[in-house]
Amino acid sequence: MTIEPVTFLGRVKRDRESGVVIPVSEAARRMSAYRVAASVDFPLMEEMRDRAREVRLHTLANLDKYLAQFASQVEANGGQVHWAADGDEANAIIRQIADDNDVRTVVKSKSMVTEEIDLNESLEAAGLSIVETDLGEFIVQLSGDKPSHIIAPVLHKTRYDIGELFAAKLDRGFSTDPAELTQMAREHLRREFLTADMGISGCNMAIADTGTVVLVTNEGNGRLTTTAPRIHVTVMGMERIVPTFGDASAVLEVLARAGTGQRLSVYTNFVSGSRRHGDPDGPDAFHVVILDNGRSRTLGGQEAEILACIRCGACLNICPVYREVGGHAYGFTYPGPIGAVVTPSLKGLDEWHELPYASTLCGACVEACPVRIDIPKMLLTLRSRAATDGHLPGWLTFAIGRYATAATHPRQFRLLLKAGGVVGSMMARDGWISKAPSHGANWTGARDLPQPAKQPFHARWKARHGA
Amino acid sequence: MPLSWFQMAVQLFVTCLVDSFFPEVGEATVDVLESAGETVEFPADQTCCGQPAYNVGLRDDARKMAAHTLDVLDATDGPIVLPSGSCTDMIVHHIPELMAGDPRRAAQAERVAGRTRELSQFLVDDLGLETVGPGCGDCSVAYHPSCHGLRNLNLRTQAESLLDHTEGVQRVELPDAENCCGFGGLFSVEMPEVSVAMMETKLKNVEASGAAILVGGDVSCLMHLGGGLHRNDSAVTVKHFAEILAGRLDNAHDD
Ligand code: SF4
Repeated sequence: MTIEPVTFLGRVKRDRESGVVIPVSEAARRMSAYRVAASVDFPLMEEMRDRAREVRLHTLANLDKYLAQFASQVEANGGQVHWAADGDEANAIIRQIADDNDVRTVVKSKSMVTEEIDLNESLEAAGLSIVETDLGEFIVQLSGDKPSHIIAPVLHKTRYDIGELFAAKLDRGFSTDPAELTQMAREHLRREFLTADMGISGCNMAIADTGTVVLVTNEGNGRLTTTAPRIHVTVMGMERIVPTFGDASAVLEVLARAGTGQRLSVYTNFVSGSRRHGDPDGPDAFHVVILDNGRSRTLGGQEAEILACIRCGACLNICPVYREVGGHAYGFTYPGPIGAVVTPSLKGLDEWHELPYASTLCGACVEACPVRIDIPKMLLTLRSRAATDGHLPGWLTFAIGRYATAATHPRQFRLLLKAGGVVGSMMARDGWISKAPSHGANWTGARDLPQPAKQPFHARWKARHGA
Repeated sequence: MPLSWFQMAVQLFVTCLVDSFFPEVGEATVDVLESAGETVEFPADQTCCGQPAYNVGLRDDARKMAAHTLDVLDATDGPIVLPSGSCTDMIVHHIPELMAGDPRRAAQAERVAGRTRELSQFLVDDLGLETVGPGCGDCSVAYHPSCHGLRNLNLRTQAESLLDHTEGVQRVELPDAENCCGFGGLFSVEMPEVSVAMMETKLKNVEASGAAILVGGDVSCLMHLGGGLHRNDSAVTVKHFAEILAGRLDNAHDD
């Protein structure tokens, strides 16, 4: 999933002008407040964050071992495991499974990883019909839109937008009542569930020692997707592993609390294979597609820890940049602070070097993150690589280089400050500069600039102390 | 730290932005430290800690500036105090990281980091003071906690408590105080649209607080917010908390 136009600031401008960032901002604030309330409510929260972090870091440090264990457990349970190096391979594998099983219709539960690889487009091109069954994703699909948040895909839409959409597309009359709208979607989707040949789900966690896939949802659509159709395919990023059920529960303790402020999501599904003898329901076949798509490279690099992410969305909600620009500005499946690290890590800085700069490094994300991922630190390492690769504007590199030279020559530095004071006083009126030349205009477009002091502190100190 | 360490003169690192744009904040800092009974020295060869280069990813430039800063500061003794959370964070956390590859520099960075304090941290945590200085007389202030001090140095209450213990200072709550103001160093000129949008959100809360003065601990954020307030013809002005404590409210900025 990529979003036009091609520059971060271009997308920001469009979405601020169209106003779609307003509901995002409000909803993100609300969700942050729910997270804070849930943490206050849970005395063990800080301890459980540490525990969940330990689980995730331990898993990443031993990922090869746990992946192998998970794969052999899935097979022991009668499932099939497929390894995909990238999105194209994953999509081809899933098309093949569909082909082998005469699949024509597919229902999906929410999965960001399938957004990452454009699975829907790939299956549609192969003539399959795909229906998203998560309410938010269903709305995204109906409106031909893109998700703007990893756990709340239509954060950017109001209930009025959704009412109009349903009236136009579902032919069910107009409503703005969330309960009524949800009912319309449920009735529409129920038919799809009952007739679908294949269900595709994502994966919040994959438990290595039992071969179990854990799905966390609030709507029950995950449960239907994984049980009603004949074939169930789970697509997972290779980092989704946790070693044991106990470890999974440690993550569950913090996941919903951090994401939505719930103690636990409404549904937590544990899927350990296809229908067994005597089971009343369940699919005939269970496939797991394990996706790399840049993850092993990330694991070997300076941002490896970003793979500890449990995709709760807390860092988006708290992020003051995300709150102003919304999710689409980040241009790819994963918006907000997590996206600013994950997208360039997975897809390379050549195309995505703007994202690490789309942050003030305020650190609100690491404070909110249930597994305490130091996102600002990674943004800094990414920036350093982006600068080394020549992605900074020339004027900036030049200006900083000159400043660094002056700053290592104290006399030169003092002259520079003096000169700044003189030039500044020529441009200023009543102590303020309201129109700075060249790149200074980026400052004075909407802010006045105080006049640099004619007498810098250095000079004042000298005058006062004579040293 | 040995007790005698606190009895040594304070080494003032004013930061390049105070030096060039806000010398009056440097003077207020000296006043405040002196009213706290400290002797203040100013290592004259100090320049910039390297943070601007570090934050945009130009680590070689940052390392040069950091090395210079270390040489200047390591030649002194006693506490090093800065009227800035952000530059303190740079010296305490990032310069040691930058120097990790060079054992001699790394040791120097650790020595300097161990002596370095942000002003409110020094006054409250190290000296155990409730407040200092004459204060500003009657004034109503809102405090914006700048992010690096708040989160990286854990300055959750120090400046607020100094203000609250100062006679005449009426501190009102700033709604959503911990939401970043949007300055972000060079972010403010690289992504001005976003920086300004964040600023406007902050300024709405500033106006809603009803305070006459917006107080902060980092002149960088104050330059950004003050510039926005001035452009918006607001009656609210910005001050560093040292200026409030020192009672230097009508510091002429440009003389
Ligand atoms: S980085 Fe942390 S806060 Fe952000 S989505 Fe991942 S786990 Fe949640």
